[in-house]
Amino acid sequence: MFEDFILRAIVAALAIAVAAGPLGCFVVWRRMAYFGDATAHAAILGVALALVSGTPILLGILVVAVATALIVAHLSDRDQGADAVLGVIAHGSLALGLVAVSLLPGRQPDLMGYLFGDILAITATDVVFIAGGAAVILGVLAWRWQALVTATFSPDLSHAAGQNPKREGLILALLLAVTIALAIKVVGVLLISAMLIIPAATARNFAQTPENMALFAAGLGAGAAVGGPWAALRWDTPVGPTIVVVLVAFFVLASLRNMWR
Amino acid sequence: MPRLSSPRGMMALDALISLKKISVRHGTKTVLDNVTLDVAAGEIVTIVGPNGSGKSTLLKSIIGALPTAAGTIRRSEDLRIGYVPQKVAINNALPLTVRRFLDMPRRVGSPQALDALNRVGAGDLGKTQVAHLSGGQLQRVLLARALLDAPNLLILDEATQGLDQQGSAQFYALIDTLRRDTGCGVLMVSHELHVVMAASDRVICLNGHVCCHGAPEQVASAPEYRALFGRGTQGALALYRHDHNHSHEH
Repeated sequence: MFEDFILRAIVAALAIAVAAGPLGCFVVWRRMAYFGDATAHAAILGVALALVSGTPILLGILVVAVATALIVAHLSDRDQGADAVLGVIAHGSLALGLVAVSLLPGRQPDLMGYLFGDILAITATDVVFIAGGAAVILGVLAWRWQALVTATFSPDLSHAAGQNPKREGLILALLLAVTIALAIKVVGVLLISAMLIIPAATARNFAQTPENMALFAAGLGAGAAVGGPWAALRWDTPVGPTIVVVLVAFFVLASLRNMWR
Repeated sequence: MPRLSSPRGMMALDALISLKKISVRHGTKTVLDNVTLDVAAGEIVTIVGPNGSGKSTLLKSIIGALPTAAGTIRRSEDLRIGYVPQKVAINNALPLTVRRFLDMPRRVGSPQALDALNRVGAGDLGKTQVAHLSGGQLQRVLLARALLDAPNLLILDEATQGLDQQGSAQFYALIDTLRRDTGCGVLMVSHELHVVMAASDRVICLNGHVCCHGAPEQVASAPEYRALFGRGTQGALALYRHDHNHSHEH
């Protein structure tokens, strides 16, 4: 049987995968890949701030991720050519966070765990937070689904239907920030975008509608959330990156199948 | 009080929408200035104007996508807008069948969806991906979606962009049929002057402000209109009229 810590890792990865699958579809549809990266990289700054102020790490990450998401959403809303500014925010906050952590007095915390994830160190409390957070993300997605899809397809249609596409975009930005904060322990800031983008991009090969693309993406993510830790245990590889490698394998298989059809 | 049937071109008593002296700004630039217009049930009103004259901006203000800087927009209480956007950015990353598209923004029953597709002559397209539609098919599908809300005002933004002349003429004939069948008002923007002018009850010539308005023939011969579009379109209008009105002199 699996050890407890492996079980916790799998449950946490499953929760993240099932929420990141549908949410990642929006990242792919709206071409927000860089948005996810910027928010994730900024999260390191949140780690530093939490360590300095003595608040829980998750809270620090959440605050910085939400703030970055709001700033970035505002910037990309105003200006189509905001990707340079996004780059400054993404890498600037990552570097600032790394420098700030190194200036902390006392023993240096191990940042590798935040960069690449430390899924085997996940506690039962972490699992509760991650699973609860994933449930909230899925709940909000289900609640706003029709409006989110309409705003994604055409902001004008959304307006004409009396909806507010800007607000829907903001909801997505906030959901992404929460997902990133929750997923840092699982895959780390450098690989979070993979959990969002790769299942969605793979699911695109089979999907006819937005709904079945979201379901396939969640399913593929879940497959990697179980297969990744299993493979990592078997070949003694780091768990977070192995989950992503399994996702990439799915993507390659789906693309090959599509080419030969 | 008995309803007076107002002649075309007059202020309608039962306007679906009524714009009074509205202005719209993009930043510091005034895109629309002092625009007044209204649309009543059963009439087709067309806005023509050169590129950058504020046509799409005007429609976006009416559907509420852009705020107005001045003036008022009054909407009748039972107003239901069916909006056909200028062009939807076809997004290959988003899988979407025609049937699923009709579920935007609200889910509809399959019989209603099929009925709407049949009314625009697209009954066999339900399972087709939106990204695979031809230009003409896409416009029909966009129109079908707009019909699902049982609108009393159809708003079309350059709905025939990318269609050839025959395709455009067929599309406008379809709009005219829908107007007759449902009694809805139609407000549209177009750059295809000759076809549109022949298919409209009233034409509003826009260039940041209302240059001139009235029946198509009046607008076509107005000096303001000619200043914007030159005389070239006159011939096309005459030709079109000639085809459809044999009482014209040869």
